[in-house]
Amino acid sequence: MQIDITVNGTAESHDVEARTLLVYYLRDAVGLKGTNVGCDTTSCGACTVLLNGESVKSCTVLAAQVAGEEVTTIEGLALEDGRMHPVQQAFQECHGLQCGYCTPGMVMAITSLLAENPDPTEEYIRLGLEGNLCRCTGYHNIVAAALAASQALEMRQ
Amino acid sequence: MIPATFDYVRAGSVDEVIGLLGEHGDDAKLLAGGHSLLPLMKLRLAQPALLVDIGRLRELSYVTEEEDVIALGALTRHHDIATSPVTLSSVPLLAHVAGQIGDPQVRHRGTIGGSICHGDPASDLAAVLLALGATFVAQGPNGRREIDAQDFFVSFFEVALRSDELLVEIRVPRPLDARWGFEKLTKRAQDWAIVGAVAVRSRSGVGVGLINLGPVPLRSSAVEAAVVAGSNAAEAAAFAAEGTEPSADFNGSVAYRQHVARVLVRRALEKAGV
Repeated sequence: MQIDITVNGTAESHDVEARTLLVYYLRDAVGLKGTNVGCDTTSCGACTVLLNGESVKSCTVLAAQVAGEEVTTIEGLALEDGRMHPVQQAFQECHGLQCGYCTPGMVMAITSLLAENPDPTEEYIRLGLEGNLCRCTGYHNIVAAALAASQALEMRQ
Repeated sequence: MIPATFDYVRAGSVDEVIGLLGEHGDDAKLLAGGHSLLPLMKLRLAQPALLVDIGRLRELSYVTEEEDVIALGALTRHHDIATSPVTLSSVPLLAHVAGQIGDPQVRHRGTIGGSICHGDPASDLAAVLLALGATFVAQGPNGRREIDAQDFFVSFFEVALRSDELLVEIRVPRPLDARWGFEKLTKRAQDWAIVGAVAVRSRSGVGVGLINLGPVPLRSSAVEAAVVAGSNAAEAAAFAAEGTEPSADFNGSVAYRQHVARVLVRRALEKAGV
């Protein structure tokens, strides 16, 4: 079936099977490989993308379900002038990653958390990241990056 | 993991859904947020021939306040229940529990109606709605009918909806001056409850729900009766395992789960002011 989704502001239209999961639509049909498949069971959060600005796990959404809607992936986060998004920048500055596999999902999840609560506590961030697993960092620098990003976003406004 | 092939229809109205269900019967499965159904389909534990996507029926997503009742559209997402001013002020228990389901990503997709119709005995929301004395509104070809929460959960993953009906609304009697407690035992934050308990005490009485203690979500009439008869929390909680049939697995034996049920019911009752 023909499925039209706006991905990172670009209208995409691809003929895929009805059973195509959003993450494979993004990776294989659109060709954006930044969204990773981790557990494939709605647990690890590596495949997190934004659907109309809210975080979702794209391994548990059919592309068909979101036809006509707006999806943002890690590739669509950078600012128009090419600079990194404040959440990406904070990950770099706080060393919020080691192997990097969970990072796109972490960045997208945090972007959604900060949109819902621009002035978060550490507890809010830690609870809000319960659906994103990282096997390297112990989360400390990820949480630090999220808090730094919230301050950077606040200053930008 | 990829689901088996299926035909896909995006429904534009409730009437269209009922028509499709009438035509296809048990071959059709309704897809709301998909956070119970899609994992099952990926594991090939569910292989519906036709998937009817009701996710865009925006008219079924609302939280409204009537005189004595809080009405929730079946497609209201957990995130919306957790953050709605209506639930936060009138049924904070529901907001609290909805805000603990899965994780933020899951709560952005999962719906109360989908969760209830899935019929999982480990569902937090089902036990809470039992304790609150909720009513479920089903719509079929002959109109709407109300089903008491206690009559809704028929057996393991089976609910009282007919094959041509869909759940459209959940009606929660407004608890007056309610105090409540919600307790669940999990090994990790995201997990389903190994055992859970909820207690609500209001001017209209006491409700106690049990999570994952049998093939269906349970309401503990034995504990409720003890409270009504004047027992304190510890005395009433001694009845918590009555009528339960938990299964044993690597998380615990039957005896362990029944013991934990008594502990959690006592704590929930104490928080509810019993």
